[in-house]
Amino acid sequence: MDDMIRLIEPSIPSLRRYARALVRDAAEADDLVQDCLERAIGRWSQRKEASDARSWLFSILHNLAISRWRRLGRRGREVSLDELNEADLAERATQQDSVNQSDILRSLAALPQEYRSVLLLVGVEDLSYAQAAKVLDVPIGTVMSRLSRGRARLAQIMANGSATQVQTPHLRRIK
Amino acid sequence: MSAPRPISEDDLQAYVDEALSTTRREEVEAYLDAHPEEAKRIGGFVADRAALRAALGAIAEAPIPSELGLRALIEARRTRQAYWRPAIAAAAVLMIGGLAGWTARGVVTPPINGVGALSREAADNYRVYASDVHRPVEIGSAQKAELVRWVSNRVSSSVEVPDLQAAGYRFIGGRLVSTPHGPAALFIYDDAQGLRLAVMVRPMRVEKNTAMSEHAEDGLSGVSWATDGIGYSLVGPTPSAELHPLADDVRRQVERHM
Repeated sequence: MDDMIRLIEPSIPSLRRYARALVRDAAEADDLVQDCLERAIGRWSQRKEASDARSWLFSILHNLAISRWRRLGRRGREVSLDELNEADLAERATQQDSVNQSDILRSLAALPQEYRSVLLLVGVEDLSYAQAAKVLDVPIGTVMSRLSRGRARLAQIMANGSATQVQTPHLRRIK
Repeated sequence: MSAPRPISEDDLQAYVDEALSTTRREEVEAYLDAHPEEAKRIGGFVADRAALRAALGAIAEAPIPSELGLRALIEARRTRQAYWRPAIAAAAVLMIGGLAGWTARGVVTPPINGVGALSREAADNYRVYASDVHRPVEIGSAQKAELVRWVSNRVSSSVEVPDLQAAGYRFIGGRLVSTPHGPAALFIYDDAQGLRLAVMVRPMRVEKNTAMSEHAEDGLSGVSWATDGIGYSLVGPTPSAELHPLADDVRRQVERHM
């Protein structure tokens, strides 16, 4: 049991962050992490001894998030961009920072889920490309191409976003 | 000295992730110095990655809420199990008593029969054997022919080992198990993450041909059906919606063998 705690515990902050970046709502994200930990505890004995605990945990969490999307998707209740609670995500930021931070989070939220996951696992959670491939259950080549396309899309959304901001007052004046 | 390897998009991404060796990083930096357009694009990626880390950093630094404390979760799980164990035992005693009563009255069809009973037996056997880390199977996949001979003989029908390789599950072996309806064959599989599935096979006295039915209880799901007097139940700790396509595949294999 101590072994289990020693191997799982260090990943909990990362799991919370990944869950929050995926589902946005703080309470729902922690519910997902709790589900993930309960499963990890229940299946600990079935885990391959040699497999690394961190990517194993991330794959459980990722699969839970996917099933949740499918469930919500069937009910047609997807959280829209407007519902994104930036204050919630960027609690400790200064005011100036929080403008930029909500920009990047808003843009991230606009990405298709396949790209979002790769950008988070590799870019934020520091998983290796091989670990990310294992979590997402895709070949490494797919991780690399999603990373490249996802980053390009994110940059594009960021660029369009700030363009809209510049134009907005102008449009208002015309109206 | 040989000419440097050409720079690939993968190298540029790995540069963003600081995942390159020192030599390769220097080569990429030299390349970016010579290609300002690419440098601008990659510089944007580096900035976005940093912004994302900064925006999300606070969440990972926040103290972990007590609901996510591992010791408490482990404790809660133990309590839950300890709470149910006597209840399950009591239910089993009641069921045996009930069955004896019914049988004594000469009732032909007892309530615990058919595919419903099959699903339950498969789940019970999964809990006992498939969750056993060190010795889940009696006979390993290396002696598949011997296993097939043995279980076919004991369940008095020709049983084949379903192949779940296409879905990523490797056959690890099997054993003979006991059910209230006589012996049954249990085949066990695992995937790359060590997740185990089991297929239980036994003859059916009632409900000899049924459609597939899904069941789920206490973290275990299953899909069960009967074809020509043989019942099949696929069980595992994944949602039954994920098991269903695998069950379809097993049924196709069974029908092909007939």
